[in-house]
Amino acid sequence: MTTSTITGTQVYQLYINATQQQVWDAITTPQIVARFFSGARVEGTYQPGTQIRTVSPDGSQEWGNNTVLESDPPRKLVHTWRSLYDAGMAAEPESRVTWEIEAMPGGYARLTLIHDQLEAAPRTAASVTGWPYYLSSLKSLLETGHPLPPPPSRS
Amino acid sequence: MTILTRDFLGTYHRDVHDDLVFKALADPTRRLLLDRLFERDGRTLGELEEQVPGLTRFGVMKHLSVLEQAGLVVARRQGRYKKHYLNPVPIRLIYERWLGKYRDRQVTALLDLKDHLEGAS
Repeated sequence: MTTSTITGTQVYQLYINATQQQVWDAITTPQIVARFFSGARVEGTYQPGTQIRTVSPDGSQEWGNNTVLESDPPRKLVHTWRSLYDAGMAAEPESRVTWEIEAMPGGYARLTLIHDQLEAAPRTAASVTGWPYYLSSLKSLLETGHPLPPPPSRS
Repeated sequence: MTILTRDFLGTYHRDVHDDLVFKALADPTRRLLLDRLFERDGRTLGELEEQVPGLTRFGVMKHLSVLEQAGLVVARRQGRYKKHYLNPVPIRLIYERWLGKYRDRQVTALLDLKDHLEGAS
């Protein structure tokens, strides 16, 4: 298999059978984020200029401490990204995550996640390709009430 | 009058969308375009055209449009350029729906054997 060249921008998009507001609420409500994001404990108000702090379920490890750059409910949320759970990634410069939620005809929402400014953060760029799993889990949670089971390990 | 519940619409929408993904993948040129985007993401139409010699600009546009409708490619305007990004989410969703349920130990063991025999690991 050919390896992928790291580029500075990654784009993920999916349709969710939920309203724009429901998707916004899901990504900005700590209790809901925990359900589709590996049980993460999230502290934050999602107001511009404030921090979103994420720790492991047992509180022992800091996963992220990012700054909200822009908040336009229920359409757009922009925040910084740095993966703190790995020393190598934590040493890389901050990147940026943009969530765009569009209302579609028929009551659907289209969610686009853009992870960019990754040019100087190759380790982070290689690891955040896990977004499809978390976004699929968010979709499953909103549509069925259940997130996806943890990803299988092939080791 | 038939009342379509959200659930029914959800299932219907998902089936129609799966069709679009399978049809989009059922073409070697479109798979080649996806492979090229996997190698390097965020290419313009002109850059993708160079990757498929023998195909006209219009032909590449037509294939890209099928990939966009299936959600496998997302085009975003950046300044003067429209760049194309590989979107792996639809394939992930198909994996979760159709393959996830078969991923028991035996299948994994067979895949490991295949990887081993083919020298991939």
